[in-house]
Amino acid sequence: MKNTLKKAGYNKVQKQMNDVFLQFTAKLVFFIVIMFSFNLFFAGHYTPGGGFVGGLLAAAALILLLIAYDRKTLESMVPIDFRLVITIGLVFAAGIPTLSFLFGTPFFTHQHTYVEIPVFGEVALHSAVLFDIGVFLTVAATALLIIVLVGEADE
Amino acid sequence: MALIHLAILLPLIAAIAIGVIYRYYKRLHLGWFVLPVPLIIVIYLLTLVPRVSSNQLIYESLAIMPRIGMNFDVYIDGLGLLFAILISGIGALVVLYSIGYLSHREDLGSFYVYLLMFMSAMLGVVLNDNVLMLYLFWELTSISSFLLIAFWFMKERSLYGAQKSMLITMGGGFLMLGGFILLYIMTGTFSIREMLNQVAAIQESPLAPLAVVLILFGAFTKSAQFPFYIWLPDAMEAPTPVSAYLHSATMVKAGIYLVARLTPLFAFSELWVWIILLGGLITMAWASFNAIRKDDLKAVLAFSTVSQLGLIMSLLGLGALSVVTGANEEYFSIAVVAAVFHLINHATFKGALFMVTGIVDHEAGTRSLKKLGGLLTVMPVSFTLTLITALSMAGLPPFNGFLSKELFLEAMIHVGDANFSALADVAFIFPLLAIVGSIFTFIYSILLIYGVFFGKRTYDTPKEPHEAPALMLISPAILTVLVLVFGFFPNVLSGTIIDSAAMSIMASDTPLETHLYMWHGFANPALWATVFIVITGTLLFYFRDKWMFIYDYHKDRFTLNYLYDQGLIYSRFGSRKITDSYMSGFIRSYLVYIFLFFIVMGILTLLNTGIRISFDDMAPVGIHEMAVVLIILVSIAVILGTKSRMVSIIMLGAIGFSMSLFFVFFRAADLALTQLAIETVTTALFLVCFYHLPKNSRHQERMRFKLTNFLVSLGVALIVIIIGLTAYSNRLFDRISEFHIENVYELAAGGNMVNVILVDFRGFDTLFETLVFGIAGIGIYSLMKLRLNRKDGNNEEHAEESRI
Amino acid sequence: MELITIILSGILIGSAVYMMLSKSVLRIIIGTALLSHGVHLMLLTMGQLKRGNIPVLDEEVSNYSDPLPQALILTAIVIAFALTAYILVLALRSYRELGTDDVEQMKGVPHDD
Repeated sequence: MKNTLKKAGYNKVQKQMNDVFLQFTAKLVFFIVIMFSFNLFFAGHYTPGGGFVGGLLAAAALILLLIAYDRKTLESMVPIDFRLVITIGLVFAAGIPTLSFLFGTPFFTHQHTYVEIPVFGEVALHSAVLFDIGVFLTVAATALLIIVLVGEADE
Repeated sequence: MALIHLAILLPLIAAIAIGVIYRYYKRLHLGWFVLPVPLIIVIYLLTLVPRVSSNQLIYESLAIMPRIGMNFDVYIDGLGLLFAILISGIGALVVLYSIGYLSHREDLGSFYVYLLMFMSAMLGVVLNDNVLMLYLFWELTSISSFLLIAFWFMKERSLYGAQKSMLITMGGGFLMLGGFILLYIMTGTFSIREMLNQVAAIQESPLAPLAVVLILFGAFTKSAQFPFYIWLPDAMEAPTPVSAYLHSATMVKAGIYLVARLTPLFAFSELWVWIILLGGLITMAWASFNAIRKDDLKAVLAFSTVSQLGLIMSLLGLGALSVVTGANEEYFSIAVVAAVFHLINHATFKGALFMVTGIVDHEAGTRSLKKLGGLLTVMPVSFTLTLITALSMAGLPPFNGFLSKELFLEAMIHVGDANFSALADVAFIFPLLAIVGSIFTFIYSILLIYGVFFGKRTYDTPKEPHEAPALMLISPAILTVLVLVFGFFPNVLSGTIIDSAAMSIMASDTPLETHLYMWHGFANPALWATVFIVITGTLLFYFRDKWMFIYDYHKDRFTLNYLYDQGLIYSRFGSRKITDSYMSGFIRSYLVYIFLFFIVMGILTLLNTGIRISFDDMAPVGIHEMAVVLIILVSIAVILGTKSRMVSIIMLGAIGFSMSLFFVFFRAADLALTQLAIETVTTALFLVCFYHLPKNSRHQERMRFKLTNFLVSLGVALIVIIIGLTAYSNRLFDRISEFHIENVYELAAGGNMVNVILVDFRGFDTLFETLVFGIAGIGIYSLMKLRLNRKDGNNEEHAEESRI
Repeated sequence: MELITIILSGILIGSAVYMMLSKSVLRIIIGTALLSHGVHLMLLTMGQLKRGNIPVLDEEVSNYSDPLPQALILTAIVIAFALTAYILVLALRSYRELGTDDVEQMKGVPHDD
């Protein structure tokens, strides 16, 4: 990433990259953005949000880290193989609808129920959330994978 | 989802586990892990036999897409159960045999995964009531057959055979789908059981003959009937367990199953009876005639399989007469019983013969009849197995083949009794073809025994032959024992499964009470026919050197294979010519074609319908919205004019953010959020890509070039605007989304309609979109990791660069 | 308002076509991005604009704006991103391998087997 910008003619990049302020802010903002993305994801069934936006924001948060640090640091912070995450996401997205056969209903019929949990009160459980997790993981991992790959192309 | 659905899908589920096991655990042969699967299924199916034979049929429905009538409806009657038991039973034996046949060095993982996939598909074909699902499973059998034939994909012959089998069976299957759709048009249902209640509707419909022909295409290609049999001999390039399983015992019988299953539907049709009866008999005679001149043991068996399938097919054609004329017509119900019985017998003796051939190939290293000979003393057990099964195939007592062969001859001799169409006028032709076919069957059966085990030891084999290990002998031995058991005690079968299978073919409820026995007295013409066959066959075999020259008249040029090869070459040539004529290689020309077509079609439609636009129902315009519109217009103008890539990307970003503002104004909260997030990520992506792309984003373009582009884009823009306004002004039906708004809480228990539509109401969109996204990610991954290795000097530099 | 957005989307699509017909890969990519913007705007307009509340269930609201086009556009946005990313990387790789970003020069020699 550094090299990319540098070779593109941005000579001051090197200085900026070591900027403590940027890195500190990035860390802070990262947590805010990632929390917001989780919030959007889980609230998606009742208020605006959902798997797509959540996934994209999660990717954006990680991209922020990627810009503030570099790929190696990001890898040590988030030691996950994104290809694996894509696979898991696709398995969720394709597998959850299939499970509806177990309930004797047509493909893609979601099940939902309400559960009483002591502290939280009534909580809605919905299998659509599981499907959305698949969307979330795939979108987030793919977006990240693309950026990381293009970024490392010149290293 | 009932237990039986799980039984059908069990092999598929097991295939996943097998793939994982193979990756991490290689000490034990993978076959041992696969073996329990067919065993469990066959045991489960055997427990269903008493229920089915007492005429309690099993029906379990599982809705997949109820709206279009595609349901996984499992329906088990005698016929389906018989096939299912054959599939899983032979499957178990074949897996056991393959443990000895395939060594650790082979790619066992793929082999067993394909085999299990086939098992599921085949069970799905025979236990299904819904023709759409049947088609799905039918094509899945073709695919797994393709993969298994090409298992040794380094051999060119394997690839040729695989391609041939796929082209022919899939083409037939596709036509068959057309037949099914015609059936749906005639009856309004995809369920075979419900179609049976509407035979009258089919009978009256003018589409019926077309449906018959199309469906028979499917059945004939799959069951390798004349003239489509040419793929089966080439399919013998597959490993022998596969040939024994797919290409003799089960898959090629799918066509027979289909004919048997649909017999009650189409029996009224003369076309159906004639095609099946004659087609079957011609196949039988022709294939057995051709089997004799083959040198390869497996080729002999392949032709023999084709011929035996023809025999069963012709019996089913006769059986159809029993449905029209009533089951009381003795000889035609005999034909049905014979068909079912011979189906079982063929699976036993041909399976065993294939396995023994595999053993000979495995131990001696060759399958050529010229090189083999005199193995009697070396391989006594294999010889015994071959002797029994080949004599059963030849139709000699006291084996099971004799019983069904005699029923076959009896039925064929009595064809003339039928009061059906012009059948009685040409009745002589049927016994003639049957006897000719049987004589050649007798000859090649003897040839198999004689050529391999008798004669002089040639010592010409690549390996020093010896008896096979016990592991490989178990399966053929079990089958041979079955040949004997069914020969001596045929009524083990007739009471339990044959009767109920024959009843479902004839769609009758009255029990048949079949009783099979060997001796019918001297008055039985079939007995004399058998005697005649044996005597003639022996004579012809003894003097075979004297008449074998007739095969030389059959030039390669006149064979169906030649026709197929030429057709393939010419279609390849023709399609390349056509493609080359319009694929110039310039992306711009393609785009111009597309857009010009769009413009022309748009203008034609407008001329045809006229323009009806009203400006009544419009929302008020706000100042802030106009500001955004202005921003977008300016950005477009800058993008079109600028030479700097940086500016154009910034302007693109401006348009994107303006779009998200639009979404805010127009009350689309989800969209605004998503657009913002996407725009951020896209801009990041563009920036990252910056270094790699050239600085200047424009090339020298001539004025004429620009003018054409301008005209085309102007045309597209105008047409789009007119279409948009027309569509907006003329609302032909109510909004679909009323349904979504009303049911969002009741049906889907959600509050955010957009998200509920995405994950629930229109979940398919999202599922496939996620797939597209994942594919794009994987595609980009492979693009970035791709390292092209060029040899020429010019590209050395780039290759070098990309390696860094 | 609908009249304006329809015309605007027409302009977007028209200029997208113009960009896509040019020779430079980067301009083609920008063209596809513009095209998707135009189509999204058109889809949204078809569901009528500013006629109701945002489509989130609320006790006090009875009329909502059409949720279906929004769902379709949401899908389309994400697909458009995947497409843009893919062709961007494709352009990047082909520029590195072939040394040009002119699609006419990329054509190469026709295969003759």
